[in-house]
Amino acid sequence: MYPFSFSKATDERSALAAASSGARYIAGGTTLVDLMRETVERPASVVDINALPYRSIELQPSRLRIGSLVRMSSLAAHPDVRREFPVIVEALELSASAQLRNMASIGGNLMQRPRCLYFRDVSANCNRRTPGAGCAAVNGLNRGHAILAASDQCVATHPSDLAVALVALDAVVTARGGDGERQIPVAQFFRQPGTTPDQEHDLRPGELIVGVDVPTGLEMRRSGYLKVRDRESFEFALTSAAVALHVDAGVIRTARVAVGGVGTVPWRLPAVEQALRGRAPSAGLWSDAAARAADGAKPLQENGFKVELLKRTVERQLQKVAEQQT
Amino acid sequence: MRIGTTLRTSPTLGVVDEPDDQEAGEHSGFRVNRRTFVGASVTVGGAVAVGSLLAGCDDAESGEATEVSKTTLHLRINGEAHELTVDNRTSLLDLLRERVGLTGTKKGCDQGACGACTVLMDDIRVTSCLTLAVMHDGADVVTIEGLATNGRLHPLQQAFIDEDAFQCGYCTPGQILSGVACIKEGHTGSAAEIREWMSGNICRCGAYTNIVTAIAKTSTGA
Repeated sequence: MYPFSFSKATDERSALAAASSGARYIAGGTTLVDLMRETVERPASVVDINALPYRSIELQPSRLRIGSLVRMSSLAAHPDVRREFPVIVEALELSASAQLRNMASIGGNLMQRPRCLYFRDVSANCNRRTPGAGCAAVNGLNRGHAILAASDQCVATHPSDLAVALVALDAVVTARGGDGERQIPVAQFFRQPGTTPDQEHDLRPGELIVGVDVPTGLEMRRSGYLKVRDRESFEFALTSAAVALHVDAGVIRTARVAVGGVGTVPWRLPAVEQALRGRAPSAGLWSDAAARAADGAKPLQENGFKVELLKRTVERQLQKVAEQQT
Repeated sequence: MRIGTTLRTSPTLGVVDEPDDQEAGEHSGFRVNRRTFVGASVTVGGAVAVGSLLAGCDDAESGEATEVSKTTLHLRINGEAHELTVDNRTSLLDLLRERVGLTGTKKGCDQGACGACTVLMDDIRVTSCLTLAVMHDGADVVTIEGLATNGRLHPLQQAFIDEDAFQCGYCTPGQILSGVACIKEGHTGSAAEIREWMSGNICRCGAYTNIVTAIAKTSTGA
């Protein structure tokens, strides 16, 4: 780890001022400390934002407001969230470990960097770390990598489970910076790698996430998250599916489906949602709709299995959520 | 470039000579204790492993800490107040082991993946390797050395002995601190629930069955 100066922000103003001078924000630190130790991240200065007042979880009639410094474990344990947004709770509780969920913040969860081994290994070529260096994963060990929204520059998956749920639910990030406050839909927050894989998100330099809003809706209670992985717990997704359904009078009125472990960004499936809307729940419907889950997929040498696994993951989760008692 | 060997007083080890945080690769001129022996062995055995096994050992090119990259902080550790000035790079784990001398908390992966470094911070379980000590000025930390009261083992410590819940013992402090929190959180409703909520603690000896039993019995007072 390289030396750095450290300061604690006492309020938003001092945090933004530190960042405008080049400091990196630190909240839980579970990504940043790890990557600093690997020398993937080399900030000259770090500003601790944990004293800032973004700690509340508030359920309003039209939205759930989540402060960016709320810890993953606190959000998952909140009674209103458990009752109204099972998909958020499940995505959180299937993430990382109890210890890490106690440390990691919601804002930091969205800002976590790729888990690609070549990204983490400073001796390997990685366009995210060093633009133009090349991508060791494209023709390397890529069993866990993306089959959707990738480019020849980068094939790293987005690691967050929570982000998959938030994309499915049309959540919105609130960010503040020198130019004031901005709302960014989570679906637009993450950038596909394209030719600029080092640009991972939509935040401007020095901007700080202060909260995430999730709209309320009739489909939110009938929702859930399925995560398929190499071991049963404490592992990143091979495939995952966040699903929310509103079924009224035997017909699906609203369907929200997003998938993880397969895309360079959390991946919404509008074609699957379209296939569900206005139809009556049935085993055949789940299978027909899920058949479109991997549309556009481009498997790499070692991850072709994800195409079929993704379809089955979506099918199984559609069925499970539809049968869920609300 | 290197800072010399420092004499420190440790509550558990007595006075020991040991290298500064940045000096673990340098072994001449001080008495060999177990940890410096391990450090020396690793250095000889394989350069690749050095970075992850030696506390606070940094690459030569990363340089030494200047005044601007040091911070003074206050911590309550196992009920005892400490004031320490640390290199900002120091993880809570390295502070506990290298500065305070509490070597009961173990360094396994140093990446948050194994749980050997689990401690209680303000009453919740965290991996001490993945957090910077300077972020926790004023915090209350409990390590394995602080669980027993008046010479009496914590019930979960006793249960680990009674249930034979370890073999080599390296993961055990982390398992026990994590287990204490797991019980307090109420995630002990079934063996499956315990397994899920203890998944952040790896046991390479495979003592999981007995670990689950120890936690289950302690949670019900059985």
